[in-house]
Amino acid sequence: MSLTYNRKMLEEAGEVYDRWDREVEKTFEKHPERLERFSTVSDMEIQRIYTPKDVAEQDFVRDVGAPGQYPFTRGVQPTMYRGRLWTMRMFAGLGSAKDTNARFHHLVNAGQTGLSTAFDMPTLMGYDTDSPRARGECGKCGVAIDTLRDMEELFEGLPIDRITTSMTINPPAPVIWGMYIAMAENRGIDRRQLGGTIQNDMLKEFIAQKTFMCPPKPSLRLITDTVEFGTQEVPRWNTISISGYHIREAGSTAVQELAFTLADGIAYVDAALERGLDVDDFAPRLSFFFNSHLDFFEELAKFRAARRMWARIMEERFKAKNERSLWLRFHTQTAGCSLTAQQPYNNIVRTAIEALAAVMGGTQSLHTNSLDEVLAIPTEEAATIALRTQQIIAEECGAANSIDPLGGSYMVEALTDRMEEEAFEIIHKIDDMGGMLSAIEKNYPQQEIADAAYHYQQQIDRKEKTVVGVNKYVTEESLPVELLQIDEELERLQIERTTRIRNDRDRQRARDCLERLEEACVEGRNVMPPIIDAAKAHATLQEMCDVFRKVFGEYRDPGIY
Amino acid sequence: MERNRRLRVMVAKPGLDGHDRGARIIARAFRDAGFEVVYSGLHQTPEEIVHAAIQEDVDLIGLSSLAGAHSYLFPAVVEFLKERDAEDIQVIGGGIIPEEDITRLKAAGIREIFTPGSTLDDIVAWVRENVNPKE
Repeated sequence: MSLTYNRKMLEEAGEVYDRWDREVEKTFEKHPERLERFSTVSDMEIQRIYTPKDVAEQDFVRDVGAPGQYPFTRGVQPTMYRGRLWTMRMFAGLGSAKDTNARFHHLVNAGQTGLSTAFDMPTLMGYDTDSPRARGECGKCGVAIDTLRDMEELFEGLPIDRITTSMTINPPAPVIWGMYIAMAENRGIDRRQLGGTIQNDMLKEFIAQKTFMCPPKPSLRLITDTVEFGTQEVPRWNTISISGYHIREAGSTAVQELAFTLADGIAYVDAALERGLDVDDFAPRLSFFFNSHLDFFEELAKFRAARRMWARIMEERFKAKNERSLWLRFHTQTAGCSLTAQQPYNNIVRTAIEALAAVMGGTQSLHTNSLDEVLAIPTEEAATIALRTQQIIAEECGAANSIDPLGGSYMVEALTDRMEEEAFEIIHKIDDMGGMLSAIEKNYPQQEIADAAYHYQQQIDRKEKTVVGVNKYVTEESLPVELLQIDEELERLQIERTTRIRNDRDRQRARDCLERLEEACVEGRNVMPPIIDAAKAHATLQEMCDVFRKVFGEYRDPGIY
Repeated sequence: MERNRRLRVMVAKPGLDGHDRGARIIARAFRDAGFEVVYSGLHQTPEEIVHAAIQEDVDLIGLSSLAGAHSYLFPAVVEFLKERDAEDIQVIGGGIIPEEDITRLKAAGIREIFTPGSTLDDIVAWVRENVNPKE
């Protein structure tokens, strides 16, 4: 035991603050506090002041330690940003592959250090642009990818052997990843050289983001196929990005985001172990993705607690030996749901505060939202300001000079402890339900999130929570921002293009490849090799996803509110 | 059918967009306001929504879209209602909808569009004022 503060110091501090409390409360008759109750964005109550008493139980070595050392509260790498800054990775995707490729080139030229791809809704749901279900959606909220040709055009001229690529894709993740590998190999790049991330986190889709295709169990099987294939064939690839971001956007509290995300992580590890993989072979490639909302200290504490909790889970629960298996490496995106359509330029400020919390929290990579993201896909100008926000944080304000600079703050340490404690309570509840798959089947996380979202909305409507420009400091005149429009003509052109590719390819070869994919699905063999072959044979995204739908069935939204 | 029955409202998510936080909050607010609420669940085509709305005999359809496909999807719902002679069912919409699209959507027969910042009370009040239960 090495308690951070010794008994004598705690006693003395206790006396000082007891006295202080009495003094302060005497003044309340004349000068009451502004609010009856102070709380975070997640409605977690915050004390008047934090003192050594609030971290009296903290054991410095056990709970805090040094960066790069267990339990990694202060950061996963020993040098953190003094060695290398986080990856500035702007999420981008709009219109056609060609349009998005141009945006990628612009961002890389502006100093971005990683790529991140946003797909349109049909791609995210595993439909080609000409599906009747895809009408009106082509290129609207991301890039449309139907075939290998689209994937090739998307990354044309970009140094994908040197720069890492993140792809936000879930049900069709094996297919999109297969197309990416096929594209790279056609360019002469070895798959072992490829670095990047596929989101590939289906559990949070059922919980929050709601792009789903097959039911939970077969979805988990497909994910495990990618984990296994990545471990053996694409060792630099993060095959899952276990995501709290969408859970938070759907309205959860910070603690729920933390708990549900780590519980999802536990379910993925369990599935890979059941497949017979060794924990230390795949765990180092698991990555995470969190939201950074507006409550600076709550977020910061969440990131610190997440690292410590995952290290403990991996060591205690899964007996991981490789130090890298214990690392919780994470990407962060500032909170889209915190932005306002009213007075949109204020969003630049919100994003800066959220980005600072992510950096203080030790993120490995970061997307900063654009001021217009609440209204449309960002314009180039708005995306550039968002990237510049990161560069200012990194290189002007000194935030990256010292590691975990807010560690040791009584408040930050106390909140970190509290978030861990409350999140573990939820995780144990999920364990008691039989794990995350059963919890989802019982609609437990879905219902908890819906309740929290409704509570928050009511607080805003009752003005218990301030949203500047929405329920306070409202102005009549509006400052118009220029919005990006996606050409309606694009859909027709993309349908023509995909139809042409379907007609011009070697049809027999494409058909054979799809049959082999179906056999792999049915017989329980890894789907990745036949997917890569099918991608090279120009089978379309939907053709491959239809195989999954046929073999595994489709999942329908239970429609809970 | 009994007179003065409660207002029946369908909250629906057309298209592939999965952002259902708003739709579900609105559904709860309608329920708390005393309306009978049917929630379509996600990923419905305009045809499927109209079919369900007629079967459920609703007075109002509230559409939600946050992924930019409202320009096709919202008017398509109105069109299918016309085709099925169910124009007495009113349609409103909400979500991430740029100002310049709102005029066009209203011209296409969407009665009202609610954008971020609308309060639940505003929306409920609009419905009470503008929609009457069918007799």
